[in-house]
Amino acid sequence: MSTAVARRSSLPGFGLTMGLTLTWLSVIILIPLAALFLKTFELSFDQFWGIATSRRTLNALKISFGLSFAAACVNLVMGTIIVWALVRYRFPGRRLFDAIVDIPFALPTAVAGVALTQLFAQKGWLGAPLAELGIKVAFTPTGIFIAMIFIGIPFVVRTVQPVLIDLDPEIEEAAASLGANRWHTVFRVILPGLVPALLTGFALAFARAVGEYGSVIFIAGNLPNVSEIAPLLIVIRLSEFRYADATAIAVVMLLASFLIIFVVNRLQRWAQNRTPVH
Amino acid sequence: MSTQSGLVTAATELRVYAPAADLSIASPASRDAGAHARPLASRSDLRTEPGPIRFVIIALAVTFLSVFVVLPLVVVFAQAFSKGVGAYFSALAEPEALAAIQLTLLVAAISVTLNLVFGVMAAWSIAKFDFRGKTFLITLIDLPFSVSPVISGLVFVLLFGAQGYFGPWLQAHDIQILFALPGITLATIFVTFPFVARALIPLMQEQGTQEEEAAISLGASGLQTFFRVTLPNIKWGLLYGVLLCNARAMGEFGAVSVVSGHIRGETNTMPLLVEILYNEYQFVSSFAIASLLAMLALITLVVKTVLERRLDEGLVPHDH
Repeated sequence: MSTAVARRSSLPGFGLTMGLTLTWLSVIILIPLAALFLKTFELSFDQFWGIATSRRTLNALKISFGLSFAAACVNLVMGTIIVWALVRYRFPGRRLFDAIVDIPFALPTAVAGVALTQLFAQKGWLGAPLAELGIKVAFTPTGIFIAMIFIGIPFVVRTVQPVLIDLDPEIEEAAASLGANRWHTVFRVILPGLVPALLTGFALAFARAVGEYGSVIFIAGNLPNVSEIAPLLIVIRLSEFRYADATAIAVVMLLASFLIIFVVNRLQRWAQNRTPVH
Repeated sequence: MSTQSGLVTAATELRVYAPAADLSIASPASRDAGAHARPLASRSDLRTEPGPIRFVIIALAVTFLSVFVVLPLVVVFAQAFSKGVGAYFSALAEPEALAAIQLTLLVAAISVTLNLVFGVMAAWSIAKFDFRGKTFLITLIDLPFSVSPVISGLVFVLLFGAQGYFGPWLQAHDIQILFALPGITLATIFVTFPFVARALIPLMQEQGTQEEEAAISLGASGLQTFFRVTLPNIKWGLLYGVLLCNARAMGEFGAVSVVSGHIRGETNTMPLLVEILYNEYQFVSSFAIASLLAMLALITLVVKTVLERRLDEGLVPHDH
């Protein structure tokens, strides 16, 4: 390792800053996360499997992953439409709406949670008209779905936006001049170029929704097996001092998010290999 | 009327920084006419969709963002002021509210400062030197972004809780970490860990090491080089990281909720108090606190937009 460092060794402070970085990283991130896995190893495999596949845990995981997937699909479609409008068209308030996309990033999750609940509650601004149509959103799985859409939308938009901006105009001009109609140019030429970014945005939105807690629990209703998300079940098990149960669910979720990081990294490598770096 | 004044001000703040062109109340038609009047009209025609489709896409985007993003924000302020301005301010003057605001500011101050110092160090070692495993190290720094907030809290319960690894030792020495300031701060540091480093690493990599090497060869010490050469170059990126770090630190809910213990007037941060008051049906109080956090978010976004422009002016490629 020291030979690799030698190339730029004329600057001081590598040993000190790297040492402190690794120490801080270990104390704050690595040791606490290791504790989680250590705790899991205190369980026998049968115990772990029993917890992970108990009806309530399985249902919570199903609700979290299933609804997150559905919400990420909506975000994929709506995110693409929003990016297209923001990048390709000029309309009054475009810059304002561009800034608005970041609100779900910036708004504390608890605030988003109470606001969405109030909005979609039976007497809420949107809840009341929906209730007349016979649609109940707050305190049902639909509410969870709505909250997950809210928090996921910036991920797709902000991942795809720079790629669409950088897209070489000559490609679509060439397609058009070769006789492709607009529909073909968009779906056969432009969108395929966006696929890695779209999938990355999808994966990020999905991962965020799976782990989301604050914006979901208020609107969810939190009925076991019906509208109880996995992070909430962790909190419930902790409050019952059933640490092993909480840990086992957390490990399942953590492994899933590691898998998602891995997929995202692969996607980004794929994207880099497809498009020459400017 | 007063119910929405807060948001209106915030919205105008957002608009202030939009260039004049976007503030003009030009009709969509006249703007389109302008776009087509450009000499490249025939060229740009190849790259756009027919008018009706354009209209539908814009309408969908604007409607979606208005319903799912703007409306919740409006609800916060409408609810907070639903019983008038007096009720709003008296809700904020409650001792419990003041204690929560104080705790939130304290926790944010500690965790942002620590993450600032270590973020700069991490960025220095990663961006200015070559070594094996750099990508892996960056992945590790990014980890908290992909860990559920609840799990971020849980890990500290497993370490410092009564049944945790250090629990018995801490109890024997009468040290309180969980359900107290240290636990809340640790969980906050965990979730905000990547912000500063992530903002600085690409920026410092882009800037290379030539300026620093020149300073060193002219006899400057390491610290002098950092403060006189590097810091002026990265100041906007640094502010950007600190801004996002602070917003998350003040707004964190899940992780803090797990380690706080919800002791009224003592370990409730602002987001936790929003939850408690909401569950007690004290909607005005709950949304009054929430409105402060919403304003923090809006101010953060405005400053972020300004900083992004500064970063772009610095000719530094940026991922937005």
